[in-house]
Amino acid sequence: MQISDTLRKKAEEIFFRFPPEHREAALVPLMFEAQRELGCITPDTERWLAETVGVSLVKVREVLSFYCMFRTAPAGKFLIMLCHNISCCLAGAENLQQHLESKLGIRNGETTSDGVFTLKYAECLGGCSWAPMMLINENQYYQLTVEKLDRIIESYRKGQPILPEEPTPLLGNVGEPAPA
Amino acid sequence: MTGNGNIRLLSRNFGKSGQAGIETAEQRGAYAMLKKAVRMKPEEVTALVKESGLRGHGGAGFSAGMKWGFIPKDTFPRYVCVNADESEPGTCKDRLILEYDPHLLLEGALICAWAVQAERIYIYIRGEYFYPTRIMHKAIEDARAKGFIGDNILGSGWSCTVHLGTGAGQYICGEETGLIESLEGKKGWPRLKPPFYPAAVGVWGKPTIVNNVETLAFVPRILEIGADKFAALGTPKNGGTALLSLSGNVKRPGVYELPMGVPLKTLIYDCGGGITADRKLKAVIPGGSSSHILTAEECENLRLDFESVAAAGSMLGSAAVMVIDETVSIPRLMVWMTRFYAHESCGQCTPCREGTGWLLRLATRIADGKGRRRDIDDLYEVANNIDGKTICALGAAVAWPTKSYIKKFRHEFEALVKE
Repeated sequence: MQISDTLRKKAEEIFFRFPPEHREAALVPLMFEAQRELGCITPDTERWLAETVGVSLVKVREVLSFYCMFRTAPAGKFLIMLCHNISCCLAGAENLQQHLESKLGIRNGETTSDGVFTLKYAECLGGCSWAPMMLINENQYYQLTVEKLDRIIESYRKGQPILPEEPTPLLGNVGEPAPA
Repeated sequence: MTGNGNIRLLSRNFGKSGQAGIETAEQRGAYAMLKKAVRMKPEEVTALVKESGLRGHGGAGFSAGMKWGFIPKDTFPRYVCVNADESEPGTCKDRLILEYDPHLLLEGALICAWAVQAERIYIYIRGEYFYPTRIMHKAIEDARAKGFIGDNILGSGWSCTVHLGTGAGQYICGEETGLIESLEGKKGWPRLKPPFYPAAVGVWGKPTIVNNVETLAFVPRILEIGADKFAALGTPKNGGTALLSLSGNVKRPGVYELPMGVPLKTLIYDCGGGITADRKLKAVIPGGSSSHILTAEECENLRLDFESVAAAGSMLGSAAVMVIDETVSIPRLMVWMTRFYAHESCGQCTPCREGTGWLLRLATRIADGKGRRRDIDDLYEVANNIDGKTICALGAAVAWPTKSYIKKFRHEFEALVKE
């Protein structure tokens, strides 16, 4: 299979992080980079990873199936990860789930027929104090409401995504005077 | 002493522009304490951290200085792992340090590495933290360019490199031995833990200190204000302040820095503005989803330090306070909680792998109004059969809250089941 020069260069950068006798340590970050570039980890990619890192194919399969962010089939253009853990549910995430499912016509793990959105529920994304939270690809969105969710989804559909709030907002939080 | 922002050790630079850039960070004092530390003997730094009463802010609350002291004398190389795999539901404080003050974390990790004479630091960040990962990556590059990372750091004769490790969405990789396995390129199955492990036998079998982000970020501040002053901020057995993640049914959820031992009511009412829509408080989960639930009555005079929360029958854990108001159904809360552990069980130990799914099915059945009376006892029984029968603490992390929900709110479960 064809592996891009960018990915090969990335692999070298990742190997540099570990002692030369422990190349296998590069497997998880390299798999991440491969998925980022190729969209998913196919059997071909697994073989390339095994050869490059120097572990058996079954080891690669073991790692691939263990971590929930790796996938063996491509996701839609935009992967929506909506958190539905305790803090987010206390802040209304279940409403957002229902809304999103009916808006997109898909359920957890499915992709819209046009291939634009994949929906996946996440178990805690670490945005508990700014709940509900979601990620769209690598962008983080906080304090979601149905209206805000609609605006964000539409902006992606139009190909002009609303930029996320980065870093995490501090209003009412540490370092800021509490609002009156 | 109380309220928001009066004592700001970690949060001093949160929200200030440019802090993630190394020039600005240095102007505000970053790396000054690293300079001070490398002029001290490594064992003096460890002793200072021990005296300060700093305890791990990742969940277990173990004395940081004591942990560093467990490093065996003659075994090299040694490693420091920064646990930035924050994924306990309710906990979202480390994210702020990573995003707003990455150089404070780097400085703390480097001081730790000096104290234990480590040659490599790994910062293991969870996969979902895309933005914090980008910030840390840049911070490491900048610190390397400035000579705070690399060979002969600040003329001390000691060399140390810093690298990023990344998770890929598995809660168990926040457990220190699971983290090490993952860092080594494997699935993150926790290891059996003999005493002093992994301080003696860690990454690639070498001595390794695994500390949480917040714990290490405190280290430069301890050197700055002195161990005595730091210790005096908290309670006798809990030095300093803590970043408390407040979430759930409160008007102003957020992360607040307060002294250890602060009353829970200060956090909920003074900082958080009270319960949403002025409803009645029903319960509080004081230390992340794995801690026992406390009823409103049990919270009345509760103070937030490790001993006080333990005395109340729960644990401070990662200091993630989740507030639950009178409108929330506890059986439904049980579904959200058990769903997490059923999803995250790594599968290594049968009681946890099978038991967590079983708990979720029982909890769902009850919450949906399709349960039988005996399902409540079965829930308790299954939880009991997970508790203490697994390699790592994930088993207890689901068993304890399950049992506490039933013990304290049994009437809510009973109201939903058929005979």
